[in-house]
Amino acid sequence: MTCTEFLQQLDEMLDPAITGPLRAELQEHLHCCEHCEITLNTTRQTIEIYRKHEIYALPEDLQERLHQAILEKCRGCGK
Amino acid sequence: MAAFEKLVRQYERQVFRIAQHIVQNREDAEDVVQDAFLKAYEKLDQFQGNSKFYTWLVRIAVNEALMRLRKRRTGRMVSIDEDVATEEGSMPRDLADWSPDPEALYGQSELAEILKKTIQGLPPGFRVVFALRDVEGLSTEETAEALGLSIPAVKSRLLRARLQLRERLTRYFKRGARGQSKDGVK
Repeated sequence: MTCTEFLQQLDEMLDPAITGPLRAELQEHLHCCEHCEITLNTTRQTIEIYRKHEIYALPEDLQERLHQAILEKCRGCGK
Repeated sequence: MAAFEKLVRQYERQVFRIAQHIVQNREDAEDVVQDAFLKAYEKLDQFQGNSKFYTWLVRIAVNEALMRLRKRRTGRMVSIDEDVATEEGSMPRDLADWSPDPEALYGQSELAEILKKTIQGLPPGFRVVFALRDVEGLSTEETAEALGLSIPAVKSRLLRARLQLRERLTRYFKRGARGQSKDGVK
């Protein structure tokens, strides 16, 4: 397996639910390719960091204001 | 109305985050959220029920957000397909390993700025796929439905979004960033 082929299947490695012969083949490539191992690990970390840090969290005061504004618009739409 | 209010309460935070990921601006995101819920309320009788309400709502919100982007860019077309043909990010260039605890290299607000700046650099069609799949946790099928894309298109965009983000974050998180020595100790 080449590095390009490995990268095309990167999602399979990121999804722990995926098992079977393809995963075994990908694992085998990882054992002998440090670059792909780094790419896999840092891609996994990229996803984890974005999941962990809610960069666009809705502050509570804004949420209340927004909530009321949504309901007002809906009530005013005549439906 | 009481039942709809419950849905608003349940999904307003997620819709706000998704809108922010696309429009990259808090005021516009607020407008998008309001307009998306209003449209959903008005079209509630058109909701088929063969998809999840949330997926249907996300689809409305994504369309509203893209329209808002177009308005901001003075009428220039913005679509989910914009800039996605680029080959950038298909192959990693920076192969440096990251520091053992990359988040510890920066303070909370500095880290948030880095994450925002990095994701803002992606084309909208990549940003939204990454946001729906990896941040909001929608399945590939739900993401495809919400965006009106095929499953292979979602998979391809997700891979390229992840690789591009990884590449860009490497600049900040690699070993040696912020004067760290190779073992990660200052």
